[in-house]
Amino acid sequence: MGTTGRTLGLVETQRVVLFTEDDPLVLDSGETIAPVEVAYETYGERAADDRNVVVVCHALTGDANAAGHHGDPTRPGWWDTLIGPGKPVDTDRLFVISTNLLGGCQGTTGPSSVNPATGRPYGLTFPLFTVSDLVRVQRALLSRLGIESVLAAVGGSLGGMQVLQWALDYPDDLEHGIVVCATARLSAQNIAFSAVARAAIMNDPDFHDGDYYETGRGPDHGLSVARMMAHITYLSEESMRQKFGRRIQDRDEPRFDLGVDFQVESYLQHQGKVFLDRFDANSYLYLTRVMDYFDPFADRDATRDRLKATATKFLVLSFDTDWRFDSSHSRAIVRTLTAHRVPVSYREIPSPHGHDSFLLSVPEYHRTVAAYIDRALAEREI
Amino acid sequence: MRPDHDVIASMVPLGARVLDLGCGDGLLLDELISRGADGLGLEITDEGVVACLQRGVPVLQADIDEGLGDLEDGSFDIVILSLTLQAVHHPALVLREMARVGRKSIVSFPNFAHWRLRTQLAASGRMPVSPLLPYSWYETPNIRLCSITDFEVLARAEGFVVQQRVLLNEGGHPEGGLVGRVPNLLAAGAVYLLSR
Repeated sequence: MGTTGRTLGLVETQRVVLFTEDDPLVLDSGETIAPVEVAYETYGERAADDRNVVVVCHALTGDANAAGHHGDPTRPGWWDTLIGPGKPVDTDRLFVISTNLLGGCQGTTGPSSVNPATGRPYGLTFPLFTVSDLVRVQRALLSRLGIESVLAAVGGSLGGMQVLQWALDYPDDLEHGIVVCATARLSAQNIAFSAVARAAIMNDPDFHDGDYYETGRGPDHGLSVARMMAHITYLSEESMRQKFGRRIQDRDEPRFDLGVDFQVESYLQHQGKVFLDRFDANSYLYLTRVMDYFDPFADRDATRDRLKATATKFLVLSFDTDWRFDSSHSRAIVRTLTAHRVPVSYREIPSPHGHDSFLLSVPEYHRTVAAYIDRALAEREI
Repeated sequence: MRPDHDVIASMVPLGARVLDLGCGDGLLLDELISRGADGLGLEITDEGVVACLQRGVPVLQADIDEGLGDLEDGSFDIVILSLTLQAVHHPALVLREMARVGRKSIVSFPNFAHWRLRTQLAASGRMPVSPLLPYSWYETPNIRLCSITDFEVLARAEGFVVQQRVLLNEGGHPEGGLVGRVPNLLAAGAVYLLSR
């Protein structure tokens, strides 16, 4: 399993305006945004009673195209390993909805969108938002589609944080939450990495306080450095050793200079460069910041009341070589949920690939998700 | 229902919050949940955990020999250790942790001083194999075999009070009468309800 299953083939992103000037999106901060357009994709057939709805929440740099492709079969969606016909999130049986996050840059309103009040891109005038706000927009999309109850929400990393928030904010609407390599609270080290990434972007001479859209160039240097550094945290030391070791790029002998010489340098440089084509620096600032402030269990009394109210059951998964959000983060989530009698299952999956494992075909991981979802679906069909 | 599970289920009050340590494929918990209990399992093997998920039984993959650090004091009404005591490295630590996270403990185990095992060892000079202990010595997960007397000495030393003891025959059914008079020789296993 894991590598079995077919691919969805050609899929399309749809767009919908969910909030307008008359009915704006009201954020946790009290600030409003309108209009809010959301890019989303759906896969599979919606059951008549909506019992098979699965919401997919993407991580920091994902988009609505979770599975299938937009014309080039060699470039499938970011979670095509997990989602598709016969795959653990089985589109033969489930109706899957994947949205681009608020504040993103791949079709959903964010800092690069035009502010109707000024006729110019928001830039840093875009209000700061929370994980609750991200989830509020997803919930609004479901309401627009006439869906009031969700079988499961699934997400990895920042996606898993949204799944947790779903259960807290919409306790009656979500039956199962699948939280993969996520956290309920970033550590000082996690925030430190975010801080360096943002510093790289904001100190780039082309950043212009976020008003770079009309200058013809953006803080590309800073954004690519941010991406290069983040990429290191997505891999394990072991997987880097296996993938690159100390090998030299394109030759046998070191060049002995300060340029790109080792393969790992070339790889990171490539990752940083291709990222520029698909991601906006301001979105990177906002979406890393949303993670830093995420702390849904901070208030003990509120946590107790909200977890008592939730009908959601959880599957929490971590990977043994993940050091970005290592297993202690997932175990802290499990500890809180269990202490409040929320049904939860947990596994630490062995995988050499670090944080990135959640995007890969790790057989034991896929077997676990498949078993959990099969059961969830069977319980609804009884 | 497996007869020894029936004995355990009879000790679990209706609606209790139950933790099953070494829950295997989740069969016992599934039965307890269907009787109205609120259940959670801990299991170390991949196969067991996946089987629990297939049954819809909440399960945490964990090694109970490392303690129950992720579980809060007194957060369960009943903590069950069913035919698992003999497979842990640190039985005393596990018993202490059970008392910490739960109000009452249920422990069942095969009695290694059962007459049939004694005669097997005495007659053949080889490690006994029985329906409750089906493994050869070189592949058995059962590394802390004990007798009924052994267990009661440990339980007392750890400050446990035996609230109820049910002796089992080789089929896992409760036994009384003669077996109750010489349990350490005649009972194939036992289920204890303990408090501290």
